[in-house]
Amino acid sequence: MIVFIMRRLVISFFVLLAATFIIYGLTALAGDPLEDLRQDNSPNKAQKIAERSERMQLDLPIPLRYLNWLGNLGRGYLGVNRDGQDVATMLADALSATLQLVLAATVLAITVGIVIGITSALRQYSGFDYTVTFAAFVCFSLPLFWVAVMLKQYMAIEFNNWLKDPVIPPTVIGVLALLGGLVFGALAVGERRRRLAAFGIGLLVSGTLFTVLSATRWFAAPGLGLPLILAFGLAAAVGFTALAAGLQYRGPLYAALGAAVIGALSSQVLKPLLVDPTWLEIGGLLLLTVAVCAGLGHALGGLQRRQAITATVLTGVFTGGMVFLDRMLQAFPAYSASVRGRPISTIGARTPNYVGDFWQTNLDSAGHLLLPSLALILISLATYTRYSRASMLEVMNQDYVRTARAKGLPERTVVVKHAFRNGLIPITTLMAFDFAGVIGGAVVTETVFGWRGMGFLFTKGLNEVDPGPVMAFFLVTGTAIVVCNMIADILYAYLDPRIRLS
Amino acid sequence: MTLSAQAPGPDTGAAQGMTIVARTQAQMVRRRFFRHRAALAGMIIFGFVLLLSFSSIGFLGIPGWWDKSYLATGALVNQGKPTLSVVPEFLGGSGIGLGEHPFGQDDIGVDYFAKTMRGAQQSIIVAFLVAIVATSVGTLIGAVAGYYRGKTESVLMRFTDVMITIPVLVIAAVIGRRFGDSGVVLLGTFIGLVIWPSMARLLRGEFLSLREKEFVEAARALGTPARRIIFRHILPNTVGVIIVAATLSVANAVLLESALSFLGLGVQAPDTSLGQLINEYRTAMVTRPWLFWWPGIFIIAIALSINFIGDGLRDAFDPRQTRVRA
Repeated sequence: MIVFIMRRLVISFFVLLAATFIIYGLTALAGDPLEDLRQDNSPNKAQKIAERSERMQLDLPIPLRYLNWLGNLGRGYLGVNRDGQDVATMLADALSATLQLVLAATVLAITVGIVIGITSALRQYSGFDYTVTFAAFVCFSLPLFWVAVMLKQYMAIEFNNWLKDPVIPPTVIGVLALLGGLVFGALAVGERRRRLAAFGIGLLVSGTLFTVLSATRWFAAPGLGLPLILAFGLAAAVGFTALAAGLQYRGPLYAALGAAVIGALSSQVLKPLLVDPTWLEIGGLLLLTVAVCAGLGHALGGLQRRQAITATVLTGVFTGGMVFLDRMLQAFPAYSASVRGRPISTIGARTPNYVGDFWQTNLDSAGHLLLPSLALILISLATYTRYSRASMLEVMNQDYVRTARAKGLPERTVVVKHAFRNGLIPITTLMAFDFAGVIGGAVVTETVFGWRGMGFLFTKGLNEVDPGPVMAFFLVTGTAIVVCNMIADILYAYLDPRIRLS
Repeated sequence: MTLSAQAPGPDTGAAQGMTIVARTQAQMVRRRFFRHRAALAGMIIFGFVLLLSFSSIGFLGIPGWWDKSYLATGALVNQGKPTLSVVPEFLGGSGIGLGEHPFGQDDIGVDYFAKTMRGAQQSIIVAFLVAIVATSVGTLIGAVAGYYRGKTESVLMRFTDVMITIPVLVIAAVIGRRFGDSGVVLLGTFIGLVIWPSMARLLRGEFLSLREKEFVEAARALGTPARRIIFRHILPNTVGVIIVAATLSVANAVLLESALSFLGLGVQAPDTSLGQLINEYRTAMVTRPWLFWWPGIFIIAIALSINFIGDGLRDAFDPRQTRVRA
């Protein structure tokens, strides 16, 4: 294993080195770095040209300039851009913005994509499956920038206008209810009556939901409140127990339900702490939740101890997340007022010079992150959905799944334990490849949404024929891709013992 | 479909009253493809877009049936709004007809239908060039690496690794910056020259497994030269993989070209492409939404139909498909 990692590291290093040379050469050859100055009419034109030529060492041939850059890099110095700014400082600012975006998008895409993909595999040839397949194809074919511009118009500008008086018109409620009904109906399998019943339930539930939301003007001052937190927590408890342990065992179910109740109640007890916490305190609370829940599961789990702990911890974290969301939503009216009623932002990574408490600053980041991540995840979401569907179908047709069913295991155990785990293996490889795509997508998304991130660093550097920033961009993304690939390989070997690394 | 393979022999089949039709591989693939409804729909839509874009404004100096040019300005009709109408009169519309400017006009009065058609032409040309070049180079490199193994393979595959480390959009952007204004042919060729690595990896895998097969050993034992083994014995067996990957790479190339043009690094004005049109009019979303919608719809139509064709081809070529679909 260690030999394998070392070998991979050495090879990756040389691969990256060669790639930097290619990128450097191509960037330097991409145009004339003095173009804007040549059209300059100011009196000190010649001096400016001389200055920049000297700074960019334009008198040296490109391979020598590359070697100089490489030498500087060896000493940990990234150089300056053509206007003399330090690239390392530019990179540090850009990195934090892009990292937020890419991480948010990737995490969302993976979780949602895998869930949808597996559901659609388990419901193969249902209406849901066909819809998901078609939607995935549409996502593959959507130009990212086009979607981004659309989102900007409809999800930000028009949505913000609508938030001034958040009443949902009856026709829209009707359409939304119909959609809800269709989703429910498509998910149900069986004879027509059962599907119709599911459709009716979906119609009714979503219709009531949106009518209530509209009538109470929920969107103007959103929040969940204790009853809703408790309801969601209990529902999650049942769901997680059903997944992890099965509902026929009482121990795990009681433990998970207990976790939901404790979580909801503690939101009231901890109120003073949650007024303006820090991330450290939130992290501490998370650890505390995990510890308490693990203890609870351990105590009540009985024979199903391990499954009980899993279900309880998941429930606890979910309920905690609900409490967090609730607190954040409560900060919404104040935040919305402070940004003049335009909470969904279209430009930049944060409101300039914004000062607010913990919740408001987070809301500010979330409002800025929402649309770019939405645009960015579309393609990855489609990829994850397709791959997890395909790999799940493949696994469900394997002999060991038939064996598991034949020996009388409940379908839950077959799916969760025997199929799901093995179905996930090929997806680990996908994560590495997908990451490269997300980086490329981030370049486009950042351009549309005016983020001054890595993508901006890259496009600006490229347009100015300035290798410094472009190389900084590539060093980070290239290294990330190489590391991701390696992690994927190692994970793959770890998850699938049939593979030997050598 | 493959009845002949399952029946014990032609005689027993005939005795049971079954007619057995022997089909070639190509016939089976064709049958499976034409049964794939989404793929068929994709093929019809793509054929329509292709025909429309190349016949309407003409190509390579051959005039088309549309009388307006994508360069000439004209008087603004109806504030440049689209005159295309699809709602018949008895439903309260203004009848089915193209009108003077079916897709409207841009801000200086250029007919937007002609412009969109020109953009679609350019995007399609770039996409096909990229796919052809990338497929040829990728196939060649993958085939040579997979067949010869040893040093040749290490050198070629390390080179492929280097290229794959660079995100496609990044290297394409660098290429586009350099060759964007020297015409679509150069742009397409050069982008094709940098995005072949995934194809090479795929082909190498195929060759690695095929070269161990008995028929290759037999050919080698007969003293067949390596070049003949690669191109006459192994390559025809990988045609399915190549066609599917090539088709899907056309769809990706359409999106890549439009993304580049959107960043201002692809096709340059006064020539145009679908991505460039969106880039040019992205601020017109509110005032002249049609300038934004038409090119977008065409990009989606092209990419979606090609993706469906690729999916249909994959199912048609994949012999395992019956197992998963069972």
